[in-house]
Amino acid sequence: MVEYAWLVPLLPLVAYVFLLVLGRRAPEGIVAGVSVVLTFIAFLVSALVFRSVGQNPDLTGPYVFHWLTVGSKSLTVGFEVTHLNALMLVVVSLVSTLVLLFSKGYMHGDDRFPVFYQYLNLFVFSMLALVISPNLLQLYIFWEMVGLCSYLLVGFWYFKPEAALAAKKSFIVTRIGDVGLFVGIILLFLASGSFDYSTIFTAAAAGKLSLGWISGSGLVTLAAILIFVGAVGKSAQFPLHVWLPDAMEGPTPVSALIHAATMVAAGVYLVARCYPLFQLSPAALSTVAWIGGITALLAALIALTQRDIKRVIAYSTISQLGYMMMALGVGAYAYGVFHLMTHAFFKALLFLAAGSVIHAVDTQDLFEMGGLYRKMKLTAWTFLAGALALAGIVPFAGFWSKDDILAAALESGHTVLYAFGLIAAFCTAFYIFRVYFLTFTGEPRDPERYEHAHEGSWVMTLPLVVLAVLATIGGFFNTPWSGYGLERYLFADSPQGSIGVTTPENVGLMALSVVVGLLGIGLAALMYGRRRRIEPEKLARGASFLYQLSYRKFYLDEIYYFVVVATGKAIAAVVDFVDRYIIDGIVRLVGWVVGLVGTGLRYTQTGQVQAYTAVAAFGVLILVAWAMWSIGGVL
Amino acid sequence: MSGTFPIPTGSLLALGAILFCIGLYGALTKRNLIIVLVSIELMLNAANINLVTFSRLGVAPNISGQVFALFTITVAAAEIAVGLALLLAIFRVRRTTEVQDLDVHKH
Repeated sequence: MVEYAWLVPLLPLVAYVFLLVLGRRAPEGIVAGVSVVLTFIAFLVSALVFRSVGQNPDLTGPYVFHWLTVGSKSLTVGFEVTHLNALMLVVVSLVSTLVLLFSKGYMHGDDRFPVFYQYLNLFVFSMLALVISPNLLQLYIFWEMVGLCSYLLVGFWYFKPEAALAAKKSFIVTRIGDVGLFVGIILLFLASGSFDYSTIFTAAAAGKLSLGWISGSGLVTLAAILIFVGAVGKSAQFPLHVWLPDAMEGPTPVSALIHAATMVAAGVYLVARCYPLFQLSPAALSTVAWIGGITALLAALIALTQRDIKRVIAYSTISQLGYMMMALGVGAYAYGVFHLMTHAFFKALLFLAAGSVIHAVDTQDLFEMGGLYRKMKLTAWTFLAGALALAGIVPFAGFWSKDDILAAALESGHTVLYAFGLIAAFCTAFYIFRVYFLTFTGEPRDPERYEHAHEGSWVMTLPLVVLAVLATIGGFFNTPWSGYGLERYLFADSPQGSIGVTTPENVGLMALSVVVGLLGIGLAALMYGRRRRIEPEKLARGASFLYQLSYRKFYLDEIYYFVVVATGKAIAAVVDFVDRYIIDGIVRLVGWVVGLVGTGLRYTQTGQVQAYTAVAAFGVLILVAWAMWSIGGVL
Repeated sequence: MSGTFPIPTGSLLALGAILFCIGLYGALTKRNLIIVLVSIELMLNAANINLVTFSRLGVAPNISGQVFALFTITVAAAEIAVGLALLLAIFRVRRTTEVQDLDVHKH
């Protein structure tokens, strides 16, 4: 089955081309039906691939074809299935199928419905192709295509100025990371003469990577950090996280796709895929761990006070991605990937549930919702499952993966990172239940919107139910009851039979994180629940500075504006001046002089034969005089 | 050659030069086309004086200069006939003989 893995990305591509041919006026039913069916087949194929890889690990060799010869180097294209990307294929295609189905209801009636599905299919294709790329060059190509698709989809409602701006921002900010990745790939190519993962990793492990100006270990560290820079951009890690919350301007299914399957997961996947390289460099690993830990905490703190339902969930994504990076950084490879998987389920669920709410009340402001439980029981229940998973309450999916990460951080001696993670976990539980209480419980704050609220059709509720089930049980794939199935599956990629560290179950730590999560939920209930004891407004006024710091996202956008954008504008102003007044000035001067000469000469064309003759006679006189002078006399 | 006083070559050439200059001046300044044609005749005749002068008093006197002058006179006569015909044709169309009015070159 593994040799048919190329079908997985191909099917969404077929759907894309088909929709392209069908055009912009195609009926919604056909458009959505074709997309969902083909992506679902892709999911079935990936499930079969996943199973056969698990049964027979020897089948996983890369399938490559010769592509180009550059000098003495030969470049190849093809695909490769490892345990890691077999898992990714399943998660991505599953979530994508559900999102495509959900979009049928959410985007119903949109003028550019078929275009939306075209972009979605292209997006899914890019991500799946990225996942099975056997070399870094091919990965980079699809990496950029993923960026392009997110640009197109975030800016799908381009007539809204915020959406157009957000699309631009997401593209430019991720580009900054991409430059790092590109430099890293080129460095590795120069040092190893190949883009293939296996060649590079073998050479790196044997200490054969080196360039003239840098030592072997220095090169590995540098390349790993540059690759991580690319992941920082794509996976919205601090300090390049600013694009992700703004990307909420896109339609909600796009947010679900970006956050759960196709975009931000790419960064974490990249680090996991290049893990043999990272393992060789403790410096690179601790960079990953610290950036991840800082991101997890920072984003959780910002999420506490946001008013926009989608922004809260967006910051929670950043925070959870921080957890994944932290896990990879402290060496807990399997837990990072595990959290990537569970997060994909519950984050897609939260976004789709939020989309269902937004679809019903037509606003994203939390303080215009309220009491929706009575109108949308199914959405409320599924959202609750996602929220419990995110908050890390036993036995929901997020609990197992997050707890593993925290335990690994502590076991590996990163006490500060563990503390960061624990504080972030408290904040996470608080902010997601703040959203839950504000949205679904209490009295409606906007009765008019409340009146119109209603549950969506089955295309919207079915994905919610499927994801809610997965968010509930998804964590059991890596528990003692399943024999740590996920770990064993992933570790089969390595000849040693294990990658990174794992930690035994620690009931004390588990209890602590559950208590922390429950405390967060309890605080949210006290502030926003039915019988509120603490007035949030008073608290906000009391700790005005802290509140503003969180609400204004630590002023990072403003700082970037003044440091980066203002500097850029100043340089642009200088360049503009040089161009406008010096370069253009010279050009204009030349034109002006020619014009002046022409104007002067115009007066000489009188049409008077006598005047012309006079000039000719004068000219002849000069010629004769000159001739005489040169022969030296009259004769 | 008694009783005759040879006119110096320089004087004859000066006469030719003066005549040429008067002709040139007239051709360049007069407003009436007929006067311009007359001035051109003056310049031609100035050339004739030079031809005849050199045929008699040049470094190697011979008859060809005078023959050439005769040809010039013939050609000038033919030329003035053509010139007057053109002038008449212009006058019929433009109703003027003023040189300044004939400025179609400008356009």
